[in-house]
Amino acid sequence: MASIVLSNVDKIYAGGVKAVNGLNLEIRDGEFMVLVGPSGCGKSTALRMIAGLEDISGGEIAIGDKVVNHLPPKDRDIAMVFQNYALYPHMTVEENLAFGLKLRKMPKSEISKRVGEAAKMLGLEQYLKRKPAALSGGQRQRVAMGRAIVREPQAFLMDEPLSNLDAKLRVSMRASLNTMHERLGVTTVYVTHDQVEAMTLGDRVCVLRDGLLQQVDTPQNLFDKPVNLFVAGFMGSPSMNFVNAELVRGEGGAAVAFAGYRLPVPDATFAEKPGLDQYIGKKIILGIRPSDFEDSVAANGHAGGWVRLPVRAEVTEELGSEINVLFLIDAPPVQHQDTVAAADAGDDEDATLPLVGDKSLWTARVNSRSHVRPGQNIELVVDTHNLHFFDPASGLSIGHAANARV
Amino acid sequence: MNLDFDFAAEQPKLVQLLLGVVAFCAVVALLLLLLGGAPAQPRSRPLAATLLLRLLGPAPTRARVRLLLPLSRLLGRVPVRQRAWPQAAVLLAPALVLLGIGLVVPAVRTTVLSFMNGDGTAWVGLDNYAWMFTQPEAVTVLRNTLIWVLLVPVLVTAVGLLYAVVVDRTRFESIAKSLVFLPMAISFVGAGIIWKFVYAYRPEGSDQIGLLNQLVVAFGGTPQQWLLEPPLNTLFLIVVMVWIQAGFATVVLSAAIKGIPAEIIEAARLDGASPLQMFFRVTLPSIRSAVVVVLVTQSIGTLKLFDIVRTMTGGQFDTSVIANEMYNQAFRYGETGKGAALAVFLFVLVTPIIVYQIRQRREAAR
Repeated sequence: MASIVLSNVDKIYAGGVKAVNGLNLEIRDGEFMVLVGPSGCGKSTALRMIAGLEDISGGEIAIGDKVVNHLPPKDRDIAMVFQNYALYPHMTVEENLAFGLKLRKMPKSEISKRVGEAAKMLGLEQYLKRKPAALSGGQRQRVAMGRAIVREPQAFLMDEPLSNLDAKLRVSMRASLNTMHERLGVTTVYVTHDQVEAMTLGDRVCVLRDGLLQQVDTPQNLFDKPVNLFVAGFMGSPSMNFVNAELVRGEGGAAVAFAGYRLPVPDATFAEKPGLDQYIGKKIILGIRPSDFEDSVAANGHAGGWVRLPVRAEVTEELGSEINVLFLIDAPPVQHQDTVAAADAGDDEDATLPLVGDKSLWTARVNSRSHVRPGQNIELVVDTHNLHFFDPASGLSIGHAANARV
Repeated sequence: MNLDFDFAAEQPKLVQLLLGVVAFCAVVALLLLLLGGAPAQPRSRPLAATLLLRLLGPAPTRARVRLLLPLSRLLGRVPVRQRAWPQAAVLLAPALVLLGIGLVVPAVRTTVLSFMNGDGTAWVGLDNYAWMFTQPEAVTVLRNTLIWVLLVPVLVTAVGLLYAVVVDRTRFESIAKSLVFLPMAISFVGAGIIWKFVYAYRPEGSDQIGLLNQLVVAFGGTPQQWLLEPPLNTLFLIVVMVWIQAGFATVVLSAAIKGIPAEIIEAARLDGASPLQMFFRVTLPSIRSAVVVVLVTQSIGTLKLFDIVRTMTGGQFDTSVIANEMYNQAFRYGETGKGAALAVFLFVLVTPIIVYQIRQRREAAR
């Protein structure tokens, strides 16, 4: 086991395309690090550079305390799991598992011991004599995992290993990945475009965009304190609602005004976000998570101090325990490059309503007890303690610790 | 047994051609007649019954109808699967007839002739076969064919594979592959003539016009009569075949190599495979079916090889192979029986390869 350190790593493809741009990332010993971002953000390239499958154009990659820039993949002591499993079709499961060990001239007894252990751990014992073609997708995925496990490497590298599985299997494989990491404690770098996978699996998550590192933090911190509009829009499903607003101070304290609404901003928020007070009287971009809304009827008085927001539900998506309420607010959609990029990338389930005039579509996630129907007028309450403020020019989160330093 | 079909052969050439065209048109016309009259709803009146009616005359008499009605009812009542049989027979008939004329009858006739003497007038039993396996000149032919069949497929596959691997993912790949594929566009006869010049011999001291001898002379050797000295001359003929066919092997195998998912190669690299291990333990097993295809097609092509030997040596100097000898015996020496026996033997040799190929294809389809 070892840490993996990337310092100022660049990848420039022929033709001048910069896939990875000055990436600095420290993956700690035994950590489960998830690289997430929209397609083309350079996350797979970064992983393949760690594996040694791509040349490093600039910077340095160290595994353990060894700089591996010029080591061939086989000498880096890492194992990789591929999206399409990449099993050898002409070998049985057993031979697939043993192949890497055989090539390393390991004694036969040790090979069969390790293969046996891995097969037992992954529940593959009865399939050892089968060829990959005779296995289901989930079983193949487990063989691919097993091939990495038997090597007992310094680190696992996984390139979207679950994206070829159906939704249900993906959830159960996610759980077994978690237990496996718990048990083996091997440093793991995991690439995915699925932010749910990133949130559920990662000890820490690294968000990339256009080859640039956006934010590295624990999943909860990414969700609560996104560093900029892109991270805010990319993480979380349904994604965050944005609006161009103005921060004002009137009688009764500070408030944020947009589309005819006025939401008071608690004093605590100003304390949490140093520098926010400088934006009073200026334009900002306001972000509200769908989960920070609640139906005032269903909230049942729990919403003391929350602000009421009368809206008309255009579309409802019932998810069983919750309902996504899509409603229009009377303000033009935020056309910041960061929000556009995040919306393109995120697997948004937005119903495409024809937007009449300059209106933007927001989503609120309310409790299913609300029983709201499309076309109904409902009163939403907003948790004003969780408002997010962004600079309209730079797209950076106002008052975020990482941005204060800049 | 009169299987000669000589009535056509006695006509002038143009009439022969005309006869062929007429026969073809007749088959097509028959087919159109039968299909064009088929009822729209086969259930109401089975095709077979219609055909029976049609064949018995345009206006069936009452007596005929009485005779046919139970028959057509019978046909109408059998399950769909069996009722499809007459239709299938009608549809298959033209192909079967043509196959029969072009393939089955000649095959049977050849087999029969192989048990007869040179001009097909008397039975000689197995004499022709005994000749094939005992007489030195015939045994040489068999030996040559064996050398060809053992060497050509292996060499072609090896050269093609090597070439495909070496040029794979290099900058000049497409040009390199086009170059090696070019000889495929040359006919065997053309290639034979070209290589006859390559092997051409002029006495020592005079200007060499053959490339090979020129090279030999340039390096201080004495020019050789390459095609005259057995058994090496067979190898020189084999080189021509490999030269022609290597391009085919390269293209097929290169496509197969490109079909291996990149991730499998990458996984093997991570697993620690050296280039040689990669080739023998990952690449080669992955393209096994393509290799088999090349080996099989080359084996068949080599067994029936005729042109190169015919053009370059005419089968002299102990270079003859079965197909060439078959032609010589049957059409040049007038030994129809021996020629036919060689043809039958060639057929017997090819059959197991074809069977294997069909089995492979079935397995691949599964």
